[in-house]
Amino acid sequence: MLRIEKINKKIGKFTLNNIDFTVDKGDYFVLIGESGAGKSILLEVITGLLIPDSGKIFLNGKDQQNTPVQNRKIGIVYQKPTLFPHMSVFENISYPLKIKKLSKNEIIKQVNQLAEDTEISHLLIRNIANLSGGEAQRVTIARTLATKPDILLLDEPLSFLDVQLKRGMTSLLRKINQSGQTIIHVTHDYDEAVSLTNKIAIIENGTIIQTGTPQEVFQNPKSIFVANFIGIRNFFKGRLLKAKDQSESKVFEINGISIFVLSEEDENVLGNITITSESIIISEEKIESSAINNFFGTIKEIYETKLGFEVLVDIGIDISVQISRQSLDHLKLKINKEIWISFKASSVSFIKN
Amino acid sequence: MSRRFDILNLVFVFLGGLLLLFIIAPLFGMFLTTVPVSIFDTAKETEVQKSIWLTISTSIAATLIFSIAAIPLAYLLARKNFPLKKIVLGIINIPVIIPHSAAGIALLGVISRDSALGKIAESLGFSFVNSPAGIIVAMAFVSIPYLLNAAIDGFINVPEHLEKVALTLGASKARVFFTISLPLAWRNILTGLIMMWGRGLSEFGAVIIIAYHPMVTPVMIFERFNSFGLQYTKPVTVLFICICLAIFIVMNLISRRKRNAENRENK
Repeated sequence: MLRIEKINKKIGKFTLNNIDFTVDKGDYFVLIGESGAGKSILLEVITGLLIPDSGKIFLNGKDQQNTPVQNRKIGIVYQKPTLFPHMSVFENISYPLKIKKLSKNEIIKQVNQLAEDTEISHLLIRNIANLSGGEAQRVTIARTLATKPDILLLDEPLSFLDVQLKRGMTSLLRKINQSGQTIIHVTHDYDEAVSLTNKIAIIENGTIIQTGTPQEVFQNPKSIFVANFIGIRNFFKGRLLKAKDQSESKVFEINGISIFVLSEEDENVLGNITITSESIIISEEKIESSAINNFFGTIKEIYETKLGFEVLVDIGIDISVQISRQSLDHLKLKINKEIWISFKASSVSFIKN
Repeated sequence: MSRRFDILNLVFVFLGGLLLLFIIAPLFGMFLTTVPVSIFDTAKETEVQKSIWLTISTSIAATLIFSIAAIPLAYLLARKNFPLKKIVLGIINIPVIIPHSAAGIALLGVISRDSALGKIAESLGFSFVNSPAGIIVAMAFVSIPYLLNAAIDGFINVPEHLEKVALTLGASKARVFFTISLPLAWRNILTGLIMMWGRGLSEFGAVIIIAYHPMVTPVMIFERFNSFGLQYTKPVTVLFICICLAIFIVMNLISRRKRNAENRENK
């Protein structure tokens, strides 16, 4: 088990702030954040390559402060393969085994086993230079596993691979995790994260802003970053208030715009709302319907998406609406056209801060 | 445009050719005006044989002995940042820019029999002045920058993340140095060793001040020229140049072959 306690680290203008989390044995822990959020620095702090300014790291209950890098049982696989260019595939994988002073036979046995596990047996006699990116990454993983690490750290290990290779590598990582290996995987890619993990932490500007199961985190996104990750375009911070006209309803105020929300939360609470872009209707005239949120606005941008079009409407705030090609053609939507949008209070969800 | 470039190209080829001629012509002229028989006769002289052997062995010793400290220093300068690093980088190039006779004089002050170092040597039963030990010190002083600079370049080119990864794989810092940093910087270091050795081999100014005897070949050439004149000096000069060139070519071939082997690996 890895316990990270209140780690602070300042490098130039960048700071890791009070990083605190626990990874249990067998976890597939994913740390998500944009580039520059501090993910890689955090990994280097965990390995011991960087010394934190304050805070503690416990591995299996033992404080790692005075444990040098080479004695921490933490392996790391970087974004780009880090194979030693002056050694063959076999020599690379056996590098950590030689350090352990294993017998020659034992080394051969273990390398073969690792190669089999990572599906690279056919590459053992090859030179590093002849490997493809995906092959090199597998060899790197095999070499790291040879140290039998307590924790395997992966720093964006899939980002240089094409889709096909990514799939293969993802299933390899899942297999490694299922064999009992604890993994901390750092990424900026939501798809990559969600298919593997059982625990997620979101890091932004050197601070962990949310942790939990993927479901917990993605159902209650605490920041625009998380919301954007899962495809929620309409994410706003604001305050929940009592509606002026109807005593029962509540409105959410953002920049002077009031949106009706169904929520049992108390008034005057700060929080965020999300509005799914599929649930918003565009019309040329104001329509009478059960939707009580009706706004007049101007089309700011139109982009094509996988499923149709995304229309960005300025109603004082930018609201993203997902529509089909038929609707776009039918309503002759174009930039600067003035239109109405409407959505039900029930399609707005409020998340308390 | 392309015509102008062609003219420029021609000018460059002409200027470059003149320069090459400047290097080759004196050597070639000397070879042509020296009778082969006299070279063979010179080669048979024990005095000459001893001198050439002394020059080669002391220059190899200087290179090997001083590389033990030069390579670690190069590593520190390539990897670590510390106050006054720029000054240290300047210091290591001082031997290149000062006159070598001046270097000899300065060294003599440190290693002469009256100096502390000289006294220690004396108590151990040897002396730097007029001895192979002194020759080695003089050669090393003037040639060490070549190794240092090449090795610094070599270590800078070793990706730091490979060293970090090796640490996480359980290697101690010493092991990382010997199994990762040193092998990956080896090409540059080897070139540096050859350059240092070549520079030491040809050193005259610093050596003559510290050790006129035993006589290294550059000093012998000077002595014969002073005592007997140009014609008598040519055979030993030609012989020494031939031996130096031969060793140089062989060393370069060896290092190039190694390089090719490595390149094949990296493709």
